[in-house]
Amino acid sequence: MSSFWSWYIIVLTVVSIIASVWLMSSNSKGSPGEIDTTGHKWDEDLEEYNNPLPRWWLYLFYITVVFSVAYLVLYPGLGSFAGTSNWTQVEQYNAQMSQAEAKYADFYARFRDMEIPAIAADEAAMRAAGNIFGNNCAQCHGSDGRGAVGFPNLTDDSWQWGGSEDAILTTLRNGRNGIMPAQAAVLGSDEAVEEVVAYVRSLSGLEASADKAQAGQQRFATACAACHGPDGKGNPMLGAPNLTDDTWIYGSSPADIRYAIVNGRANQMPAQLDYLGEDRLRLMAAYVMSLSGKTGD
Amino acid sequence: MKHDIVERKIGLMGVLVILVISIGGLVEIVPLFFSSQVRDPAPGIEPYSAIELVGRDIYIREGCYGCHSQMIRPFRSETERYGHYSLAGESVYDRPFQFGSKRTGPDLARVGGRYADEWHRVHLMNPRDVVPESNMPGYPWLADREVNPRATVERMQALRALGHPYTDEQISTAEKDVSGKTEMQALIAYLQGLGTNLQARR
Repeated sequence: MSSFWSWYIIVLTVVSIIASVWLMSSNSKGSPGEIDTTGHKWDEDLEEYNNPLPRWWLYLFYITVVFSVAYLVLYPGLGSFAGTSNWTQVEQYNAQMSQAEAKYADFYARFRDMEIPAIAADEAAMRAAGNIFGNNCAQCHGSDGRGAVGFPNLTDDSWQWGGSEDAILTTLRNGRNGIMPAQAAVLGSDEAVEEVVAYVRSLSGLEASADKAQAGQQRFATACAACHGPDGKGNPMLGAPNLTDDTWIYGSSPADIRYAIVNGRANQMPAQLDYLGEDRLRLMAAYVMSLSGKTGD
Repeated sequence: MKHDIVERKIGLMGVLVILVISIGGLVEIVPLFFSSQVRDPAPGIEPYSAIELVGRDIYIREGCYGCHSQMIRPFRSETERYGHYSLAGESVYDRPFQFGSKRTGPDLARVGGRYADEWHRVHLMNPRDVVPESNMPGYPWLADREVNPRATVERMQALRALGHPYTDEQISTAEKDVSGKTEMQALIAYLQGLGTNLQARR
């Protein structure tokens, strides 16, 4: 702040405080009990008392003045004068952070060399992880971890990107970018799409026309097998879901499957390392594994 | 001074009232107009791209600021949840800024990149599809309405007149950048950019 603006603030503030004190004191003359009128007269004999403010009320005002002066001496407020207590917002924040760091450092250090399954078995770790989950993960995966349409359920035993310790840690650290390309052009006709829909449903034993499903098998082999595998069991390396189980990220109705084939699907899991840091990330991996009742592979 | 004079001369009273009311602003606001901390962009802060700018206008039109703040205060309880506290220099290209004063929903100052585009799409159509506990209304009409490209160019020109450093190229390609985009896409582009330009985000 330039010294001009500093003085501008100081002068205006000090003058305002002095002016308020003067205004209040110059208007609070007269002692209680003494009857004075404003001099106004209505309807011949109607007059208005001009009683001074009750003392306690007036003193409250002077207390606010004393408070403001004390505040301006102790804290930054008067231009670039930093205040005698040397308080700053940034320092207060840094103090809060280092206090928390000191408080939680030991807690997280305890898990640094612990195996993930052991962390999953630790009650205190899982309580902390539950809070972190609520803040960082629940928006997509649900507060109970059961996910939503398009966002995987973490409590079952089906893993789009693999359920091993390493796979879950990688997912958390770097995020995942799942893209199923639209297949409408590849398949060419609505009829072909319908056949693939029937085949995909038949893979997991859902109701589908047997003729169509049979016709769809060949088309599946050319259009879909590269990612979902010739047997439709998926590929966790590519995030291609297993189509033979009864877990459906985007729904299993013919319409849902048709939509996926015609328009493709694209979704991301954002990388969490920058948000969580390695210590908490390991806790989260343990938490995710515990959600599915796993304690490691 | 006798009250009498002030009460009898309404013009004088008006002048005194204006004087008293303006002191707060003169002390707290006016010096900021000349403070580089507030006027200069923080490192990495650029004006909004055409599509983000449109999204920002939709954010304002739909009243998102009524429930979402964009101002992370420097307290650990806030930075743990939302990321690095907001800096004045991050809002220099916000006219008006979207600090907000109410958090029925979470703060959005650094929501960019936290969720997938697809999440935002599903969430804006019907928030309860992804967050069952949510009481946010759905905004499904955004998916059906297309952005007006011509108006976008005019907005950018207006902002350039106010000092936002848009290049001729940015303005000439703006029409192409946003044409055919839905309001949903524009709003998501805006949200995904929020708070991501600052270097230290955590």
